[in-house]
Amino acid sequence: MTIEATDARRMGPLIPALAVPAAAWKERAASDAAIGGHAMRVESLSAWYGNHLAVHDITLDIKPRAVTAIIGPSGCGKSTLVRCLNRMHEVTPGAPRVSGRVLLDRHDIYAPGVDPVQVRRHVGMVFQKPNPFPSMSIYDNVVAGLKLTKAPSKAVLDETVERCLRQAALWDEVKDKLKQSGVSLSGGQQQRLCIARALAMAPRVLLMDEPCSALDPIATYKIEALITELKREYTIAIVTHNMQQASRVSDFTAFLLAADDRIGRLVEYGETAELFTAPKDERTEAYITGRFG
Amino acid sequence: MASPPSRTSSAQTARSAPYNHDNPSDPPDFGTGGTVSLRWGDFLFQTSSVAAAASILVVLAALFVLLVVDSRESLVRYGIAFATSSVWDNVKEQFGALPYIYGTLVTSAVALVLAGPIAVGAALYVAEYAPAWIRTPVSFTIELLAAIPSIIYGLWGFFVLTPVMRTTVEPALQRIFGPIPVVGILFQGAPIGKDLLTGGVILAIMIVPTIMAISREVILAVPPAQREGMLALGATRWESLRHAVLPYARAGIAGAAILGLARALGETMAVTMVIGNSSRAITGSLFTPGYTMASAIANQFTEADTAIYFSAIVEVALVLLLVSIAVNIVARLLVWQIGRGDPAALGGVLV
Amino acid sequence: MSSDTYAPPLAPAYPPGGRSIFEADARYQVRRGVARLMAVLVGLAALGAVAVLWIILGYVIWRGLPAINWPFFTQRPLPYGEPGGGVGPAIAGSLVLLGVASTIGVPIGLGAGIYLSEFGRGRFADAVRFCGDLVAGLPSIVVGVFIWALLVRHVIGHFSGLAGAAALAIIMVPIIVRTVEAMLRLVPHTLREAALALGVPQWRVVLSVVLPSARAGIITGVVLALARAGGETAPLLLTTLGNMFFNWNLSQPTAALPIQIYNYAVAPYDDWHTKAWGASLVLIAVIGILSVLTRLATRGKKLA
Repeated sequence: MTIEATDARRMGPLIPALAVPAAAWKERAASDAAIGGHAMRVESLSAWYGNHLAVHDITLDIKPRAVTAIIGPSGCGKSTLVRCLNRMHEVTPGAPRVSGRVLLDRHDIYAPGVDPVQVRRHVGMVFQKPNPFPSMSIYDNVVAGLKLTKAPSKAVLDETVERCLRQAALWDEVKDKLKQSGVSLSGGQQQRLCIARALAMAPRVLLMDEPCSALDPIATYKIEALITELKREYTIAIVTHNMQQASRVSDFTAFLLAADDRIGRLVEYGETAELFTAPKDERTEAYITGRFG
Repeated sequence: MASPPSRTSSAQTARSAPYNHDNPSDPPDFGTGGTVSLRWGDFLFQTSSVAAAASILVVLAALFVLLVVDSRESLVRYGIAFATSSVWDNVKEQFGALPYIYGTLVTSAVALVLAGPIAVGAALYVAEYAPAWIRTPVSFTIELLAAIPSIIYGLWGFFVLTPVMRTTVEPALQRIFGPIPVVGILFQGAPIGKDLLTGGVILAIMIVPTIMAISREVILAVPPAQREGMLALGATRWESLRHAVLPYARAGIAGAAILGLARALGETMAVTMVIGNSSRAITGSLFTPGYTMASAIANQFTEADTAIYFSAIVEVALVLLLVSIAVNIVARLLVWQIGRGDPAALGGVLV
Repeated sequence: MSSDTYAPPLAPAYPPGGRSIFEADARYQVRRGVARLMAVLVGLAALGAVAVLWIILGYVIWRGLPAINWPFFTQRPLPYGEPGGGVGPAIAGSLVLLGVASTIGVPIGLGAGIYLSEFGRGRFADAVRFCGDLVAGLPSIVVGVFIWALLVRHVIGHFSGLAGAAALAIIMVPIIVRTVEAMLRLVPHTLREAALALGVPQWRVVLSVVLPSARAGIITGVVLALARAGGETAPLLLTTLGNMFFNWNLSQPTAALPIQIYNYAVAPYDDWHTKAWGASLVLIAVIGILSVLTRLATRGKKLA
């Protein structure tokens, strides 16, 4: 992670120590304090489609080097929320609009003059369905973004491909067929290829929008193991409708719910262990015990 | 659609409503009279619709057979020389269609080179860039463009385009490209306006709607996840089109271009009015008046006073038929590949 | 909101003083430039494609309008030098040709379309669809040569309106077939099943339930085919040849509007050129009105 490391050192320590850090997180944060991680803060974020308010007044933190899960029943606006974090919301059809702030390492991604394209270069995204580019080889899929933003040498490309595929736990399966098309892989492999593709950009934050919803249980298990591995180095936000998944992979959880007005609101946010064992809000309790959603 | 037996039985059940299930001594009335007329009606109906469908096959087969039969004399007499000789002289009874084949290929190629980028660009604009309120009028205008009869393109080309080409466009091209080696050969000779280049330009205008309409459908059929996947990597909108959308849609766009080519190959009146109609030798310059296969037929059919001349003209039509069928088949295979498995979805724009 | 339990508020957002991480480097400035340039270029391509239509329409209206007056619609073309003269026979001839072509083409197209949508499974149906597409893609001059060789040179022996109508019918059929098939497929299956369940034979279901509910779409297909056939010139040139006089006898050469445009255009007289533009204006107006009407009739439906 040479690019990331130098970048981070130049920026200086951006992330203040947490007041009451979660135990696991504190341990990691202490050992990695020299480099620090990247964090995101969402402040009073609202998002519309035309006149329809989809999510209202969300404030939460995406903690560095941790997995933040965003859960809630379908239609609660969790995908909309996560798409606001890399400004993908505004390429959705239907007159999208956003208010509020989203701070990436204290830089407001919605500040005037900020180019959404530059935001997305720093905030990676993995989609619901694996979407490798069918016209590109596995190799080219991994470096598709890198080739746009930099003009790397062959050696750097080779190194990046191997490193990212290893990080995505895909290297051993594809190292002999890097020139084959990305769609020749199985669904789970395709999704890990998409993760490798996002990692190649050295993102400060990695967003995952229900990355396992199109996968079988074994592929899902592999992705979850991968997420647990990746949070050593990356800051991850994952949207999921699967509460077991959230409790398995995440350190923090945000629970969103849309009332009868179909406007998504943040009901509760906290450490995953706490939110799932001792929810403060009765709606959270109702949801995690399966009484609705 | 229900299969006939189950349909018949459901009809019986409906008609035997008074039938009492609890009383075995009350047999159901199967309404045999009704069933018989139903069968005959359906038989006649089905037969006549099959006949109508079959007539399409019959016409196509008859067309092919008749063209072969009527061009037999020329086929036998000239053989392969028909396609390789440049002499077309009805007095000496020498018929070589090479200049016509050449004219057709050159004008179609010019048309494709000019129309392809513009049509795909316009399709990208309508599918990816245009705000909704612009999208509809632009699409509608371009559909209207497709509905204009070719004679009107010919009229416009004859009176408006030809003078502009002669006085402005062709001299300018000659000034710019003339001195360049190789490329300059295309622009040699006196700019006369009625030549292969003008034929290509009018064809380009005519095939833009075809290519544009199909490309637009093909581009719209690219899954949004492909665009978003590229955008999420920090690509600009153009880069996501260039590296994700266009590669995904390339087979369909190639099909669209080839369907445009098919239209250009067979177009008659517009080209006839601007191409100069001359059996002059092939020079390599676009500033040469010439013939396409179609315009040669349209210009010479009244002169076919001998059997061999008639036969030669029919053979030109046969060559044109085979070329256009081959090109159409290739194009449709390419377009169907991406047409979401539903040819009818794209069918409308192909008409 | 419990988030502040975990982290103190972040310092104020950048930039004051700091370099934004979203600042564009030189490479990105180039990429952004390319993206903007391409946005302009594709916009210009669309503008160009649209502009050509309006330029052509503008010319047809501007040059054609002076020719339009009542005698233009009623008189026959006169020899050069005689004032007046119009496109009466051509309009009448086109209407007659289209009428006869429809009489042949509509039943065949309708029948084949019904076959494909109601029974069309298997190899034969695929062959019909495929050949229908091929016929739709035939160069119209080849259709002209076919009818010329078949009817003009053999069966009838001379140029005639009937031959022209036959050529136009061949051009109309694939358009009708495709529209009818697409439109009948839009009719919900439940409608058919409901009628069949009542014991109505299939032929009556199709004729009295399915066809009427797809009526607008079918009429659209026929009108599209008429608009296309009405503008065809090349096949008519080889089959009906054209005529300066009113002629109602289909076994004789018949005038048609596109042929008349051609004859007026290639003559060396300015007055005739104006008449060619005028006749084009008439033709384009009719086709334009038909196109707009069919578009309104099928608005929101996935077709043409």
